[in-house]
Amino acid sequence: MSLFLCGLAVLFIGGLASLLSGRRPALSSFLGAGGAVVGSLLAILPALAVLAGGRTESLRANWSVPLGSFLVQIDPLSAVFLLPILGLSALAAIYGAEYLWPYRQEKNLGVPWFFYNLLVVGMALVVAARNGLLFLVAWEVMSLASFFLVTFEYERQMVRQAGNIYLVAMHIGTAFLIVFFVLLGAHAGSLDFDTIPAVPSSLAGALFLLAVVGFGTKAGFMPLHVWLPHAHPAAPSHVSAVMSGVMIKTGIYGLVRTVTLIGPPEAWWCWVLIAIGVVSGILGVLFALAQHDLKRLLAYHSVENIGIITMGLGLGLLGVHIHSPTLAVLGFAGGLFHVINHAIFKGLLFLGAGAVLHGSGTGHLDLLGGLVKRMPWTAAAFLVGSIAICGIPPLNGFVSEFLIYLGAFKNGIVGGLDAAIPAVIVIGSLALIGGLALACFTKAFGTVFLGHPRSIHGQQAHEVGWAMKAAMAVLAASCVLGGALSPLVVRSAQTVVGEITSLPADAVETELATASSTLTHFVVVALLLATIAVLCLLARRRLLSGRSVRQAVTWDCGYAAPDCRMQYTATSFAQPLTDLFGFLLHTHKEVHPPKGVFPPDSALETETADVCEKYLYQPAFEAIRWSLGWFRWLQHGRLQVYVLYIALTLWILLIWKLM
Amino acid sequence: MNNAADIVLVFLVLTNLMLLGLSRLGACIRTVALQGIALGLLPLLTKGGHMELHGTAFAIAIILLKGGVFPWMLMRTLREVNAQREIEPFIGYGKSLAVGTLILVVCIWLGSRLPLPEPVMSSLIVPVAFFTIMSGLFLIVSRRKALTQVLGYLVLENGIYAFGVALVDKQPLLVELGILLDIFVAIFVMGIAIFHINREFDHIDTDKLSGLRS
Repeated sequence: MSLFLCGLAVLFIGGLASLLSGRRPALSSFLGAGGAVVGSLLAILPALAVLAGGRTESLRANWSVPLGSFLVQIDPLSAVFLLPILGLSALAAIYGAEYLWPYRQEKNLGVPWFFYNLLVVGMALVVAARNGLLFLVAWEVMSLASFFLVTFEYERQMVRQAGNIYLVAMHIGTAFLIVFFVLLGAHAGSLDFDTIPAVPSSLAGALFLLAVVGFGTKAGFMPLHVWLPHAHPAAPSHVSAVMSGVMIKTGIYGLVRTVTLIGPPEAWWCWVLIAIGVVSGILGVLFALAQHDLKRLLAYHSVENIGIITMGLGLGLLGVHIHSPTLAVLGFAGGLFHVINHAIFKGLLFLGAGAVLHGSGTGHLDLLGGLVKRMPWTAAAFLVGSIAICGIPPLNGFVSEFLIYLGAFKNGIVGGLDAAIPAVIVIGSLALIGGLALACFTKAFGTVFLGHPRSIHGQQAHEVGWAMKAAMAVLAASCVLGGALSPLVVRSAQTVVGEITSLPADAVETELATASSTLTHFVVVALLLATIAVLCLLARRRLLSGRSVRQAVTWDCGYAAPDCRMQYTATSFAQPLTDLFGFLLHTHKEVHPPKGVFPPDSALETETADVCEKYLYQPAFEAIRWSLGWFRWLQHGRLQVYVLYIALTLWILLIWKLM
Repeated sequence: MNNAADIVLVFLVLTNLMLLGLSRLGACIRTVALQGIALGLLPLLTKGGHMELHGTAFAIAIILLKGGVFPWMLMRTLREVNAQREIEPFIGYGKSLAVGTLILVVCIWLGSRLPLPEPVMSSLIVPVAFFTIMSGLFLIVSRRKALTQVLGYLVLENGIYAFGVALVDKQPLLVELGILLDIFVAIFVMGIAIFHINREFDHIDTDKLSGLRS
């Protein structure tokens, strides 16, 4: 535990030193990134020890705050979340050192590094805190630090708007969490997590709903997700990777922790979680499909993956509720594995998107193209990430989705009707999500990396330097290893799943062993296929050796003078699907079709605004604004009158109390 | 000993009423200085025989700051901004005095009702502290000049300090020091701000500044 706190201290001191040496960009980057890497590696060791079967460590220190105590603990559940948080943060820091370097002239690099390290400390403390107040403080540190990172390029109006939306969303979420902890503390008499007695069912229901809204805002549940598509594109890419890869998972952590704290789940909790998961998953991937901006597309995919995770948790809870060990173990194992896997591949994809931005200067899909020739490393890394996120075997994304499928299928066959219906819904949704995700990443990878450059941005792109390549390479390797070693990795989930489901250890082990042996088949087949592919490549090389090899234009198709505008655009590729789901997407189209025999200029513009934002939040905030307009007479701009308000309030309160 | 403390407390009430009735800014500053000195003496008188070194040192610091440094800074600002008197306050001097008396009555009632953690040495001290706080607030509300508002702020703090003296054993010295530092910085900043406001707008009437809001 002391190692963990030491790591956090190193992180914080590194950030502070970076802030103080902000005038010298090289030193500042070195201190900030170095602090992040060393601190994360130090702090990750105890988490690894706990996951390897070590005992749970905790530390309590006095904290002179009412109801607060500095109680931190690393149990298997915390460790599962600490692993991706610290690992991805360290890699993203290495990447960020290079990514931020071009800003050194116009900005003080110490500021983003300070907040980056503070964000990592906040996230680590959130999952380790075992006191409500400490948790809330860490939660706010995390939210505020990430706000300052989102608004790094505050000169741009779009970034400022994103920052505002983010800040408002986070505070609405935190407001629900404060109520949550107040209710919990009032019931338990203390805010320490280890002293909470059994919660009566009516209170537990209220607490569960508060947690879903409060933590769901952070996690990005539909329809609380509106900040994601704004904040992720606005933030620097390594920050997007950390925010999307691990920060939103603290919401999932909060939810899982809540469920373990407030006692046995009820049936409707599982239904709520599964419904949220299905809606977030399907709508998330649909909106991703309609996007034109690479990072915005990835942001919607985060909503989708949070949906998958939530479906897994919902199934797991259902398993606990109906006493089905299969469903409980596979649901939770799938959900938690997807947390780690999503951190890896979404981190990789955001870093890849950042490399595209860094190398070409734009993230707009229809301005890019043909980058595979200019940025082969980035293209390879992005391809691995794309395959992983679509859940194609044998990469790591497949493993976690497979566990959820397996749980649902086994349950759909043997379970009763009350378990079979959700299982069938989850299977159908997962299949739909998988297909749409495949279409979406075919579109993203194809438009950005294949074909010909569509604009000057694509033509002038350059490959990124070693630091960014290294970070992406490690993550891509983790995707492959996570898939290849999945039979072993799945077995290691025993302690954490046992802790959440409170099932006997041997029951958990049996379930995981069955899943693991099924996965082994996949891995063996995949390895065989990979060997065959490598053999084919070798054979091709051998056959081609000594013959002349020519390279021709990609989109030739018999035209004498092909143009890059003849390629599929991102919009046209996705059009059949977006039209099919037009009733959900409400895409706004402006069409100027070609007219006459010799048509002059024609144009097509599409824009898909977020439905929740447009039809839910904007009217709601307009209504609030309008109703608050009635109080405008209170505002005079006169200091004297304001002080009078304060004085009168004080008087009335005092007199009322002392009457 | 209580008699001496009571005399000081009555003196505080009188200075408060005097501030409500004065129009010349220079005289106001001097009155606040006198009030500060009286406040500094208060803990020395209440402690009685057993004096401690840090208590004495603290009282001396208070007297120096409130009776010397603050008034000197404000006087300097006054000379620079060349505004000698409060013109047309929101509430006239006569009315201010009447309201002040009313506030005093309510404060005495409040003082008799307010439950305290331990008995205080004089029944006067809580009402007087309240009255000083409320006079400060009233000054801020009813006057136009920025300088008078700074004075109101100072008086408000004096009231808080007097309350602190009443509960001296309960309130750590460190908190007092913190408040004092706050005030010091605040007066410093306000002095500079008033100077700059005057230079930009040729007056320090706060109600005219409301035109600055968007």
